[in-house]
Amino acid sequence: MTESATDRLSRLLAMVPWLLAHQGVPLAMAADEFGIGEGQLVKDLELLFVCGLPGHMPDDLIEADWEDGVVYLANADAISRPLRLGVDEALALIVGLRALADVPGLGDRDAVTRALTKLEAAAGAAAAGADSVRVDLPRDSAAAVVSACEDALRRHRRLHLGYLVPHRDETTERDVDPMRLLHLDGHWYLEGWCHRAEAVRMFRLDRVVDVSVLDVDGTPPTTARSRDLDAGLFAAGPDDALVTLAVAARARWVVDYYPVESVQTLGDGSLLVRMRTGDTAWLRQLVLRLGGAARVLDPPALAHEVATAASRALALYGEGPSG
Amino acid sequence: MSTAKTERLLNLVICLLSTRRPLTKSQIRQAVPQYASTGASGAGAGEAFERMFERDKDELRELGIPVVTSTQDALFGDEQGYRVDRDAYALPDVHLEPDELAVVGLASRVWQQASLAGPAALALTKLKALGAPQDDGSLIGLEPRVLTAEPAFDALWAAVRDRVAVEFTYRTAGSGQVALRTVEPWAVTSWHGRWYLAAHDRDRAAARLFRLSRVEGEVRAVGVRGGYTVPEGAAAEVLARPDATDAAAGTAVLRVREGAGQLLRHRAVSVRAGEDGWHELVVDFEDPEVLAEELVTHGPAVLVLEPTVVRAAVVRRLRSVLAAGAVAS
Repeated sequence: MTESATDRLSRLLAMVPWLLAHQGVPLAMAADEFGIGEGQLVKDLELLFVCGLPGHMPDDLIEADWEDGVVYLANADAISRPLRLGVDEALALIVGLRALADVPGLGDRDAVTRALTKLEAAAGAAAAGADSVRVDLPRDSAAAVVSACEDALRRHRRLHLGYLVPHRDETTERDVDPMRLLHLDGHWYLEGWCHRAEAVRMFRLDRVVDVSVLDVDGTPPTTARSRDLDAGLFAAGPDDALVTLAVAARARWVVDYYPVESVQTLGDGSLLVRMRTGDTAWLRQLVLRLGGAARVLDPPALAHEVATAASRALALYGEGPSG
Repeated sequence: MSTAKTERLLNLVICLLSTRRPLTKSQIRQAVPQYASTGASGAGAGEAFERMFERDKDELRELGIPVVTSTQDALFGDEQGYRVDRDAYALPDVHLEPDELAVVGLASRVWQQASLAGPAALALTKLKALGAPQDDGSLIGLEPRVLTAEPAFDALWAAVRDRVAVEFTYRTAGSGQVALRTVEPWAVTSWHGRWYLAAHDRDRAAARLFRLSRVEGEVRAVGVRGGYTVPEGAAAEVLARPDATDAAAGTAVLRVREGAGQLLRHRAVSVRAGEDGWHELVVDFEDPEVLAEELVTHGPAVLVLEPTVVRAAVVRRLRSVLAAGAVAS
């Protein structure tokens, strides 16, 4: 998406102090820190190169060197400190920290309290608005289980779980190499390599009846891949098919949430979005999820797939398109 | 085009930060090369620069850069001067311990809303720029992504922040009927994983709680910034009322094709083998619309048996998908 001049300025004002504090950082690492491509980072450095103090004599300009693939910055004294936190920034971190304070298994809640105190002081007036967004998390009964899983993750140890399987109404014993712990829809889940199933599995922690951390290395096999629950298996590569969608203004969060190739805003506020995906099933699910707020313009085969899925689903209810 | 403007703004920021005494407009015009090219000569040139400088100054202030306007001393007449005080500009030194930085890093990833995920990431970068130590990596693999994305969040959060009255179409819980609501947003809250807006409802002249997932379409501004005040403690009071959140939660009975709906099976209260390659699932839900949104993604692999409100929501969405697709052809 095209970035506005002020958004870019905001990034540059954060980038200069960060680069000054990380002299000799590789381009790729710096680009990663700012969520941009290396190409964009180089353009940013080229811009910094021609800016500086009034007079704009050689001595006034910012010095930027990235010839050997690592970045050195100098002569940027005026902007060597980051801009104070804005209202959105302060709120995002403060509310985020408050949300964490209630998360079981986080281990050191003390660190959260200390971090909150320091941040609220540093944010000053910008922190005032943080009360306008609140987070109230339900207590989850699986706290002890979450702690054990977190311990195993950190130390790369294998876990032994007694797991209550819903549709067989029995407890199975499993050895699992933990991959990640996530909180979704009000519940904690452990994703890990299950040695019994010889596959990646998701375990809802409030169904774990007993757990122990084994003194065995729990590094999952290299073939084990995480499932992105929200979007099926989303994996995009440069050779993947290009899809064009028309997205209504009310669904524009999609372009912020998923990686897209290009976005064009049309007169009525709707968007023309191009994205690549190696998995059209995922895209079909997304279009269905959006419930009419998006439609597939290209390729026609995918548009047809969506229409077929929707009409066959409607047929199950004995309903036609207009009911 | 955008590059030239960014250069100009950056030079302006550096210029204003580097001066100890306030600078007049003409001094700034000479100091920043990009202003010199605003029309070489003629009566219009001065005006063009003035307009451009005023807009630039406002944009810097929007970013939170404290551009101070002061009246020069009597020697120079009443001409205004501009500068940015370095201490007022800069983030104060924050010394974060490695474990504190680790939790702040985690906190920055808790947002799924891009409108706050972006600022969270930038804020974290600013803190790291102060030379904070590397976080101790103790929290790798922990992803408490507790704050779900809602389409209406961005607009409503901005309205809360700027105190702008808004209107939107809202689907009420029980009847499923839609109506236009005009409100003064007070606060947004995430409760049991769902977002709510606490606001003053202008038509009912009373405080109300709105579930964001039932806001349909655009949220439109109908007021100006700072157009109302939020009564002290009012938002907290609305949110504390247990009956303020609707009792739309329930239990759904679904038929799911064998091999499909893995996440549904995980969440199901019970799973029973049925006939012809279908399983019967019982699933709890907090909000019928949110459940419907998820069920629709499975297409013909899921059939809702009950309750009616979820069935109707799924059918409505499927029809919308078909109608939208028909427009294209």
